[in-house]
Amino acid sequence: MGILEVKNVGKRFGGLQALGDVNLSVAENSVHAIIGPNGAGKSTLLNCLVGKLIPDTGSVMFDGQSVLGRTPYEINQMGISRVFQTPEIFADLTVMENMMIPCFAKRDGAFKLNGIKSVESEAEIRDRAEAMMEDMNLAEKRHMHAASMSRGDKRRLEIAMCLAQEPRLLLLDEPTAGMARADTNNTIDLLKEIKQKRDITIVIIEHDMHVVFSLAERITVLAQGTPLVEDVPSKIKGHPKVREAYLGETAAA
Amino acid sequence: MDAIILQILNGLDKGSAYALIALGLTLIFGTLGVVNFAHGALFMIGAFCAVSLNKLLNLSFETVDPTRTDFLGNPAKIKTPYVESWFGPEFGAALIDWSVPLAILFSIPIMIAIGFIMERGLIKHFYRRPHADQILVTFGLAIVLQELIKHYYGANPIQTPAPDAFRGSFDFGAILGFDPNTIIYPYWRMIYFAFAAVVIGGVFAFLQFTTFGMVVRAGMADRETVGLLGINIDKRFTIMFGLAAAVAGLAGVMYAPINSPNYHMGMDFLVLSFVVVVVGGMGSLPGAVAAGFLLGILESFASMNEIKSILPGIDQIIIYVAAIIILLTRPRGLLGRKGVMED
Amino acid sequence: MLGLNKKDATLLGVVAVLVIFAPFILNPFPADSAMAQFNAGYPDLMQRFVIFGIFAVGFNLLFGLTGYLSFGHAAFLGVGSYSAVWMFKLLSMNVIPAILLSMVIAGLFALLIGFISLRRTGIYFSILTLAFAEMSFRLAYSVLTPITNGETGLQLTLEDPRILGQTATESGGIPVTNLFGLEMRSTEVLNLGGWSFQFNNGYYMAGALLLVAFYISIRIFRSPFGMMLRAVKSNQQRMNYTGLNTKPYTLAAFVISGMYAGLAGGLMASMDPLAGAERMQWTASGEVVLMTILGGAGTLIGPVLGAGFIKYFENIFSKINEAVLHSWFHALPDGLENAIVWVFEHFVGSGWHLTLGLLFMLVVTFLPGGLVEGGQRLGRLFGRKKDAEEKTATQSTPAE
Repeated sequence: MGILEVKNVGKRFGGLQALGDVNLSVAENSVHAIIGPNGAGKSTLLNCLVGKLIPDTGSVMFDGQSVLGRTPYEINQMGISRVFQTPEIFADLTVMENMMIPCFAKRDGAFKLNGIKSVESEAEIRDRAEAMMEDMNLAEKRHMHAASMSRGDKRRLEIAMCLAQEPRLLLLDEPTAGMARADTNNTIDLLKEIKQKRDITIVIIEHDMHVVFSLAERITVLAQGTPLVEDVPSKIKGHPKVREAYLGETAAA
Repeated sequence: MDAIILQILNGLDKGSAYALIALGLTLIFGTLGVVNFAHGALFMIGAFCAVSLNKLLNLSFETVDPTRTDFLGNPAKIKTPYVESWFGPEFGAALIDWSVPLAILFSIPIMIAIGFIMERGLIKHFYRRPHADQILVTFGLAIVLQELIKHYYGANPIQTPAPDAFRGSFDFGAILGFDPNTIIYPYWRMIYFAFAAVVIGGVFAFLQFTTFGMVVRAGMADRETVGLLGINIDKRFTIMFGLAAAVAGLAGVMYAPINSPNYHMGMDFLVLSFVVVVVGGMGSLPGAVAAGFLLGILESFASMNEIKSILPGIDQIIIYVAAIIILLTRPRGLLGRKGVMED
Repeated sequence: MLGLNKKDATLLGVVAVLVIFAPFILNPFPADSAMAQFNAGYPDLMQRFVIFGIFAVGFNLLFGLTGYLSFGHAAFLGVGSYSAVWMFKLLSMNVIPAILLSMVIAGLFALLIGFISLRRTGIYFSILTLAFAEMSFRLAYSVLTPITNGETGLQLTLEDPRILGQTATESGGIPVTNLFGLEMRSTEVLNLGGWSFQFNNGYYMAGALLLVAFYISIRIFRSPFGMMLRAVKSNQQRMNYTGLNTKPYTLAAFVISGMYAGLAGGLMASMDPLAGAERMQWTASGEVVLMTILGGAGTLIGPVLGAGFIKYFENIFSKINEAVLHSWFHALPDGLENAIVWVFEHFVGSGWHLTLGLLFMLVVTFLPGGLVEGGQRLGRLFGRKKDAEEKTATQSTPAE
């Protein structure tokens, strides 16, 4: 029984069957990649996991509990954090504030009317934010506005914010999309380091095969809304079905 | 039954005005992505175009008629409008009588010019600014326009009569087989409705059957892609704004005989028209028109004495109540689409 | 001090000094001099400064922090005024229960309107709040006449029951509002040379409440709650995916801000016990938006500055008429004089609203950060060197 169990999930948009019949089991503390050509339904699947979309059929269980019908913030509070394709951070706030917000969310839950105490007096939250920034090499930028950081740093900050919540499952949506090679390699190293240091399950959606094969322990290939194969990376390389899915698409186009 | 028909008819003219303003608002939302709080002011300026033409045509000179005396025994002064002396008394009088319909011709270039100036001079600089800034700057503009009108025309409503031929009412009841005088409806309101229908039809035909309209509709569906196609949207935006201003202006010109224009009529209509747009579904042109008529009719039903006796004051707030109910049950409005003006 | 850091405590101190010494500061010209028309040290005007200051500070808690632009805040002010007058009519002429009730009622009203309006964001939200305010305004004029007294406005009469107090004074007049016997309208005049300084009880009570309101606003700005509100403005999506429910945060901000408006309305009624529907009109809502933006939305001191600025110039501009203009420019050649007077005439007297609208457009277009930003720009212009020091200072402040 994996930490994330997706069973018979289907989703239609009007006449388009975005997800057919998806079954997926992610083992705890593994790195699981989901790959597939454009329009294979990767993002739709991800959105079904975090509560942005509700699938028409099937079930999504996280740690034995269903996530369906819950809002994104409730699902997040269950222990699932998400990193977006373009970094979603609080651009108008400083890096320090960006880091403190998930720490508050972890401690106080979805809402707390904490209007009289000053942020400065919240030593416990500050320490946690500081520790996380130290850990992620962001400490020197703590007073910078998030908007003025480089793209690589924004990505780093977003991942740090997710980790500050100590999630059990981290979802990454094409974390290296649009990055230069050097930045991509840095991100791979960062993720490897994260995995080494803590008990965390990572599900990564990725286009870049270099990233996938450097990180993933298991890979699911998605094509036209259904999983084609699921296996360890060495078996996926050169798998006839996979080649067909990618080449077939190029041939058709 | 006759009461119901009467209320539907009564709702049509106000509904027409809502629909015309909401149509322009939606065109501007959809194409330019701008929330125009000054749109009501354009409606008001249209109405004052009618007022101005009426005043202009009434400009008179005085002559002394020695053959007659007034009650004090002085020689009587007679005012003759210039138009009557230029074009002869009969044609001149007819011109004055028909000043409101004539104002249509007079107002179109004025409204388009105002629209162009507004877009080029102000709105253009706000395309990339947050919606809050757009609301605020057009709100400021609305105040400026309305105060200017107040400065020159005064604060009181100015009566602007419809042509003589259209004064009086039409007895609908007689045609439909009810007792005479049960359903009577003023001619001018009928004309207003017909006029609105023609303008709305014209705008839709323009969008449907011209290349320009096609680009605009494509732009409303997906602004960025149209930009990528290398089509010069900026110029089209300006024209679009001029068109929307003209539609609002025409709605105002023709409304002048129904409700004597005053400087704050624009804001009164604007608030309601925004509600209409929200009910119809932000960014949906048919939605704006449908909701305009629907709410106009709803409002006239709510002002029936039978209903007011059960729910006093309901006529004042029915539109807002309807809007709140619709937003709570169908957050995107009656015909709104996903992803249009969501934030 | 008071749980504030040094910078904020200084700011609060400056505002406190300004409020306490306003009767002197606003009265720089001797009473019989030509410049006396630019004095602003009258009880009535000073009361307006602080009351609108409270209103704007509250509005800023919503708009400045969360970015939600409410166009219906005047409704809360109006509701506050009505509640206070009813309290004077039914309970007592003491202002404390009146003000408390106006805050409670305005808060409840804000809870209801906020609950519905906050289901939508952006322009939808602005339009919804505008619609609600218009609805309240129309209701106050029509059906609710038994409560609001319609167009006449709600006033005290000689028949009010007033449980804790008298219906009429011994001399047969309507009793006046007071704070445990201290009459709100009574004013001490201090004549010093050519100057006459006026100290009004009502002003000082409203001023004290402004300081409390301002202090609470600073605390909210610096609290985790305030940080969450700024985060809502910055990125709602990330809020949701950080396990935070944005709705109660924005609703709480809306209600708090509505209570500030209710307090302002209650104070208005305490200074002059009457309430009319026109206080709820969209122009009144627009005015508080302008005050906040003009001063600087999202800054602490901005709304107070904006409120003072607008109320001061409203007073000055409304007093100027054609004759005054002619007397100013009479040295110029006749033609030029007439031309200048003709231009200015649009903006003064009853043309004040035109000036206001124009100001609105200019500020939004050229100075979105308001007076505070303008001041900072000027500061930078005149002190490059100082600027460098400041940069290091601001860089280290948030950490403390």
